[in-house]
Amino acid sequence: MTYDWPILLPLIFAGLMGLAILIYVILDGFDLGIGMLFAAAEDTEQDTMIAAIGPFWDANETWLVLAVGLLLVAFPLAHGVILTALYIPVFVLLVGLILRGVAFDFRAKVPAGRKHRWNRIFFLGSLTASLAQGYMLGVYVLGLDVGPGGMAFGVLVAFCLAAAYAAMGAAWVIYKTEGELQKKAVLWLRTALVLTALGMAAVSLATPFASPRIFAKWFDWPRMLYLSPLPILSALLFLWLWRQTFHLPRPGDRHALTPFLMLAAIFALGFTGLAWSFYPYVVPDRLTIWQAASATESLAIILAGTVVVLPVIIFYSFYAYRVFGGKATDLTYD
Amino acid sequence: MDPLILSRMQFGANISFHILFPTITIALGWVLLFFKLRYNATNDSAWMRAYFTWVKVFALSFAMGVVSGVTMSFQFGTNWPGYMQHVGNIAGPLLAYEILTAFFLEAAFLGIMLFGFRRVSNRVHTLATVLVAGGTTLSAFWIIALNSWMQTPAGFEMRDGVAHAVDWWAIVFNPSMPYRLVHMLLASGLTVSFLIAGLSALRYLKGDRSESMWKALRTGVFTAAILIPIQILAGDQHGLNTLEHQPQKIAAMEANWNTGPNVPLVLFALPDEAARENKFEVAIPDGASLILRHSIDGVVPGLNDFPGNHPPVFPLFWSFRIMVGTGLLMLAVSWSAAFFLKRRHSLPKPLALLMVPMALSGWLATLAGWYTTEIGRQPWLVTGVLKTADAVGPVAGSHVALTLAVYLLLYLLLLIAYLGVLVHLALKAAKDGDTSPLPGVMKTAMSQPAAGE
Repeated sequence: MTYDWPILLPLIFAGLMGLAILIYVILDGFDLGIGMLFAAAEDTEQDTMIAAIGPFWDANETWLVLAVGLLLVAFPLAHGVILTALYIPVFVLLVGLILRGVAFDFRAKVPAGRKHRWNRIFFLGSLTASLAQGYMLGVYVLGLDVGPGGMAFGVLVAFCLAAAYAAMGAAWVIYKTEGELQKKAVLWLRTALVLTALGMAAVSLATPFASPRIFAKWFDWPRMLYLSPLPILSALLFLWLWRQTFHLPRPGDRHALTPFLMLAAIFALGFTGLAWSFYPYVVPDRLTIWQAASATESLAIILAGTVVVLPVIIFYSFYAYRVFGGKATDLTYD
Repeated sequence: MDPLILSRMQFGANISFHILFPTITIALGWVLLFFKLRYNATNDSAWMRAYFTWVKVFALSFAMGVVSGVTMSFQFGTNWPGYMQHVGNIAGPLLAYEILTAFFLEAAFLGIMLFGFRRVSNRVHTLATVLVAGGTTLSAFWIIALNSWMQTPAGFEMRDGVAHAVDWWAIVFNPSMPYRLVHMLLASGLTVSFLIAGLSALRYLKGDRSESMWKALRTGVFTAAILIPIQILAGDQHGLNTLEHQPQKIAAMEANWNTGPNVPLVLFALPDEAARENKFEVAIPDGASLILRHSIDGVVPGLNDFPGNHPPVFPLFWSFRIMVGTGLLMLAVSWSAAFFLKRRHSLPKPLALLMVPMALSGWLATLAGWYTTEIGRQPWLVTGVLKTADAVGPVAGSHVALTLAVYLLLYLLLLIAYLGVLVHLALKAAKDGDTSPLPGVMKTAMSQPAAGE
């Protein structure tokens, strides 16, 4: 294989898309997770939880637009195949995201008596969107065309991804709040971790059996050796994080951000495993990234812009997080 | 029903709902910057109160625009996979640049603009407002470039049924792009000025005579009065551009069946495509020739020159008339309001009453205008390159119908909630008047609790 542009560009874009999906899952993961944890929180706690994500959620959701946008512009054939196959789950996801997004604003602006209604919609929207994403992941892993068994697996992954997001949400609440709410969030984290671990194990077990190609890739010596750090490291992180939940919050609020970073690392490890299994396919066992890619000159012009703009985006995103750093306070317009 | 018409209805419903909100945010960002700069220059807190009333409308509209925009980005794939397969090499980079240069910019600085007052200095906050307003406008630039390319494609070549880019400058600045962009930006400006004027008129009717009400009212009315004649001129130029590049669209807009000189301007008619004639026609002799060719014996193209290849006449004829009619009403209302504000320093009650529903006139005109230009592109998705029927996906009609029904219901409910909040915010502002607590604007950032403190 020679490394010229027609070979390299689709590879680069697959990497960028993977990065965008991973960043989305981590960042909007905690937004959606907090939305789901709304059901377990008191009224005043809900306001604090919203204040912990209010300034960020918009930018977080933009990573989804970038991920879908990259799929659309770099791999147009795959975009069509994947999204028509997932027509109904995508629709459910969109309805969830619509409700979640507008509820953010409505709950703060409607007359006081109607706030409860929008809090409930915020919860339902977050839950729906998370479940839909998990279902899509499950069905994608099995190769998109699935029977009732595959759908059941999709439902299992749906609940586990929702749990993983709830864990992210709880970890973010630990970072951004203090006092009773923070203590509560530690308990939320512990519960959600169990389901998250279960979900990752389920996806890991199902992936090799979804396709003989992936099976061969996983259990082929010595490649198995290169892959082995992924599950081992993930398991260690899980155990360590689980232990942490018995000690948090620590005096002086040390390690408040650690659970979030650990979870992000676990997400990244799991994601790497998935990417490694499916490479070079963008539609499992049907379309490789090269078969689905746009024309080289079009990819080149997008890459030129991306190379310039993406570092700037990352820079000012960090700036925005810094501006709203520290514990969440009242979120007001003035 | 067949998936093609259902998919078109669904996309039409989504994009109609979506465009309502960018139409507001594009111009409202600049209006907010204006309020802020006036405050910076005068230290008059009424400007800041106007800012805080309208920044809430901005936040809500922005959220509605984002969530409906995310829906659009998925629908390209779910309903129109053929679109990206054939012209993805052109559309892809334009969409990618919109996401990279505009979406992230808006979203990242929106947080600072909305909630950052106590956390950054006044200067940084003003800069954040500039970046958000600039981001919304940049977003309009890219998406209008793509839409215009679909209307008047240029700068590409076809290889094996797939469009390949040859000249990016020609693609972005395709023949109809500058006209459409100007027309849309002005439409956004008018939508926002009428919205501000209308809701301020509501406050006026409720007896609110506060400084912040006057400032918002004047801003809305005078901006509208200045923009509307420019928009009428820009619209005329846009029409002439369409006449040159998409004559079949003009023929349908004017319901003109036969090519020839001395074509009348049809004011009212029920175009009948089966019989290929207009029923109950009321027309001004030579009017269309005069408007389109600037001479009474100017030749205007007719629909019979484009058999089977022209857009449906009835919706085009009427949506165009709704847009123009609304525009003329906007001219009358904004100029009379400007007259009374300038000369009498008050608003007559009937005029104020008329201005309240006119708050939504911009939406009506914008939608009617987009229907004109988008339905006017049919049967093509990309003029001369790709037919709409060839881009639709293999999804079952029942799935499209079901999701369409849920979308419509959802959008209806959200629209009601949105308008309810606008009225609620206006009434609340009217009640508070100049007594609302002063926002914590300061020249420097407040000291922040350090992380972990």
